[in-house]
Amino acid sequence: MAQAVLKIDITEGFEGALPIAVIPFQWNGSARVANGDVSAIIVSDLARSGKFSPVAEKDLIARPQKLADVHYKTWRIAGMDHIVIGSVTKQVNGKYQIQFRLIDILKAKQVLGYSFSATDKTLRDVSHQISDYIFTHITGLPGAFSTRIAYVTTKRGKAGIRSRLQVSDTDGYNPQTLLTSDQPIMSPAWSPDGSHLAYVSFESGQAEIFTHDIHTGARKSRSKFPGLNGSPAWSPDGKKLAMTLSKEGNPDVYILTLASNKLQRITDHWSIDTEAVWSIDGKSLIYTSSRSGKPQLYRQKAVAGSKPERLTYEGGYNASASVSADGKSVAYVHGEGNVYRIAVLELATKSSRILTDGPLDESPVYAPNNSMILFASQEKRQAVLAAVSVDGRQKQRLAFSDGEVREPAWAAVRK
Amino acid sequence: MKNLLLIAALALSLSACGDRIKPDEGTTVDENVAAESENSASAGGIDGGSGLDGTALEGGKLVSYEKGAINDANNVLFEKIVYFSFDSNKVDDEYLELVKHHGKYLSFNADASVRLEGHADERGTREYNVALAEQRAQAVKQLMLYEGASKDQISVISYGEEKPVAFGHDEESMSLNRRVEIVY
Repeated sequence: MAQAVLKIDITEGFEGALPIAVIPFQWNGSARVANGDVSAIIVSDLARSGKFSPVAEKDLIARPQKLADVHYKTWRIAGMDHIVIGSVTKQVNGKYQIQFRLIDILKAKQVLGYSFSATDKTLRDVSHQISDYIFTHITGLPGAFSTRIAYVTTKRGKAGIRSRLQVSDTDGYNPQTLLTSDQPIMSPAWSPDGSHLAYVSFESGQAEIFTHDIHTGARKSRSKFPGLNGSPAWSPDGKKLAMTLSKEGNPDVYILTLASNKLQRITDHWSIDTEAVWSIDGKSLIYTSSRSGKPQLYRQKAVAGSKPERLTYEGGYNASASVSADGKSVAYVHGEGNVYRIAVLELATKSSRILTDGPLDESPVYAPNNSMILFASQEKRQAVLAAVSVDGRQKQRLAFSDGEVREPAWAAVRK
Repeated sequence: MKNLLLIAALALSLSACGDRIKPDEGTTVDENVAAESENSASAGGIDGGSGLDGTALEGGKLVSYEKGAINDANNVLFEKIVYFSFDSNKVDDEYLELVKHHGKYLSFNADASVRLEGHADERGTREYNVALAEQRAQAVKQLMLYEGASKDQISVISYGEEKPVAFGHDEESMSLNRRVEIVY
């Protein structure tokens, strides 16, 4: 494969995950396509979700291809709740017809069955959609396998550090480079409809916020004031960007209305205010402020002059909030001593729990279905991405084969 | 052109101040250091443009604000990096002199200009570090302004932790990365 991809390894924990057997799909009229091995992609998606523990192919006790071949009792004795069977058939027009069935072993019947058409190019997309159907049917949560992630990779060379802004499928496949620069690229953030990224680029010799259409490549400079132009975050309706500017002397949080280019200052304090993110109703912002002397999380209405409410008190470093899709919790970086870990704060109770071990974990983002938190980590002196299930029990590593990777962002939907 | 060759003891100094430095606090000469050298200049002497003894300090470097002095390896102004403590934007006492000498240089050389590049170590979050590193550069800028540099001679950019010079994860590497570079 020409392009370097993220390699994902599940490093810890299967406890509590639901058993499922995905029988390798039968291929008709074509050999199995190496990069589009539908059933293998489904297995990988379900395992990465942390909610499922798919049976390894070598441990399958039977390989039924048709519904009539399924011996429910055998699977029940093996402790299996669900199995997935299916086929991929190459048609005369060159397309593939993909069928799958989700079978509930206890109910002893098919509970889901779909047929899709795919090309060589869309085999993986269809596979992720099937994973979404299975995931949603069993867990009741929306699937997030078909969406995209964005991240920044860096590679040290003779001329300095080369940064790339990349977009890939959630399993690291199909990486595409949106921007390459010898100056830093930071803070990618998805528009709510998954069509644009906002980010910070230093390509012009200073920090500048851009929005970038991921399909057409068209981009717009949104903010290039003297000083900081950082931390872009889209409002839930996609019409505004929260950002950090220091044009008045200190880093403060502002809101830019994209259509009118109207800029509104939200915080006004001599300390650092930055890393604003939106509540899911778009009415408040949660941001990092050092107004108490050390960085802590605060929440305030997204209007100028409103009163901030301090959210975190434990420890001397709480920063970089990410709000869960249901709006109930906030993932953030919790630093104590020299150890920086990912923690979660429940907004209703203000109780928090630490999910990761550190020592240099940062940039947490919720998966759009809240099942896991993606973050940046250091492993063996290399910057990697990692994911942790929201209960902290399952961990995985997303290493980049060609340099370092950081600052993940997870699109809510694919567009 | 001003033809100033100013030799000053490192006592040309301001007392250490808190995070926020006000102009009227910044003009005291440190008496202990001044007492060690009869020839040490005060800030007043420079302002008056009076002639000063052109002798090198014993074991120390020269201080000259003559044009180009920043490129002389024997000049204090040759040093152009200010290091910081963790999560702090306060210019530590040991760098106050250096920053002020650069501020004076700018004040005597109106055609000179600097870019102050703020940096942070890798600990903590990236955007917070960009903000922190900007505050470091702003702290350096304020000190230079108090020494008579003008605003349009100084630009500030913050790179946060994005441009480290040391790539280890130990304290030594991190201390090298917490810095403001004075780039003429």
